[in-house]
Amino acid sequence: MKEELIISGRMNQFIDPTLHIWHWHIPLYLFLGGLSAGILFFAAYFTITGKEDKYPTAVKLAPFLTPVLLSVGLLALLLDLKHKTYFWRLYTTIRIESPMSWGAWTLMVVTPLSFVWSALNIKTLFPNWDWKYKFLYDLEAFFRKNIKPIAWILLIFSLILGVYTGILFSAFNARPLWNTSILGPLFLTSGLSTGAAAIVLLSRNHAERLTFARIDLMLIGIEVFLIIHMFMGFLASTQVHIEAAELFLGGPYTTPFWLFVFTLGLAVPAVLEMLELKKFHLPYWIAPALVIAGGLIFRFLMANAGQASRWLY
Amino acid sequence: MRYAMAVDTKKCVGCSDCVVACQTENKVPIGYCRDWVVEVMDGTYPQLEIEIRSERCNHCENSPCVRCCPTGASHYADGGVVLVTPDECIGCGACIASCPYDARYPHPDGYVDKCTFCLDNRVKKGLDPACVSVCPTKCMYFGDLDDPNSPVSKVLKKRKFKTLIPEAGTQPQLYFLI
Repeated sequence: MKEELIISGRMNQFIDPTLHIWHWHIPLYLFLGGLSAGILFFAAYFTITGKEDKYPTAVKLAPFLTPVLLSVGLLALLLDLKHKTYFWRLYTTIRIESPMSWGAWTLMVVTPLSFVWSALNIKTLFPNWDWKYKFLYDLEAFFRKNIKPIAWILLIFSLILGVYTGILFSAFNARPLWNTSILGPLFLTSGLSTGAAAIVLLSRNHAERLTFARIDLMLIGIEVFLIIHMFMGFLASTQVHIEAAELFLGGPYTTPFWLFVFTLGLAVPAVLEMLELKKFHLPYWIAPALVIAGGLIFRFLMANAGQASRWLY
Repeated sequence: MRYAMAVDTKKCVGCSDCVVACQTENKVPIGYCRDWVVEVMDGTYPQLEIEIRSERCNHCENSPCVRCCPTGASHYADGGVVLVTPDECIGCGACIASCPYDARYPHPDGYVDKCTFCLDNRVKKGLDPACVSVCPTKCMYFGDLDDPNSPVSKVLKKRKFKTLIPEAGTQPQLYFLI
């Protein structure tokens, strides 16, 4: 038997007895960032492919959520900082090796673009909107003329936003649960899936709802594949990775993960979406609401369980 | 210049003088520790083996904390010592999560704090770090690995040693004599 104890006494706040440096702020931001990335990706994609009129909710209505979601997410990030008044230090340097650094810069691109996108579609919400000043009309005309290049920039940066949240975690080899390259694609897929679900929730157009239900179904399939792949990878890896996987396979996170994320957040909505596509008439909001709730719970579980996983020495 | 420390696990008695010396020298806020003592008990009674280690930041050559810092506040100073510049640190916690040794903590003033090897306050004045200088069993050795006559170089030539979690790829510079 091997027993290891700190005998000098140590109770550093947020570190002991187990790491808990990140509370609700980070997982909430990861969820909101992923959801915004999903919504903006579809808005940009269907603008580039010229389908604005076919998918008006995706291109014009749903993006109104993103300035709000991103602002709340940024506020959560700011609240999480322990040295808040120094936050501007993020923008005095670009550090290629730090995912948090390029995440901060990505937000610097995506957040203003989410406001521009909403401003360009303001008449969807307020048909009688008046910009009042000529320079604002000129600015609107400028952005509208360049909508395709803007959509391309948004497409690329929304993908970076979606994937970086996962890479941020996977770069920490000190936390074996996070230390898998599957996490980037997994968080991206989950973000796109919650984005599609938000569009289904908002849409009043049956054809558009069905298209996004189909997209969401495909994304759920990819997500399930990635989750299974992630656990297979852990179980075939070192002892610390096996123990990280066991947090979800018999450990304290088993029930919340397999019940709330896997069953209620992925499997049940997938079945409901399949039934919807087979023309069974069910309340359409149940499946997307479950997907969104599942995405939120998934971020919280990964953030907390990751901090509980560690190397042994 | 490569500063390193070696701790003799056969001589350490776990008195925690190093911990108190560090707290006093570096004005570590009450309730926090930059160094700590670990006791490992291995075996079944009566065949027991004890290893006692005085631990702190490993001042890794490949530091995950320096890599993940978004502002460059965590950096390599003279001799490879890993330091944090308080007024560049935003307190995001990335370095804390990235450290496999849990050697860092958020200082109550907001920035992230950790062992400095007493670089500016003692080592640059030609003194040993506070923990090394007070150890009653003289179980700690500090110095420059590039200097073959430094105490740490000499003891590492003579004795068997190990580092903590070398498989994490951090290349730690805190050696334990076994």
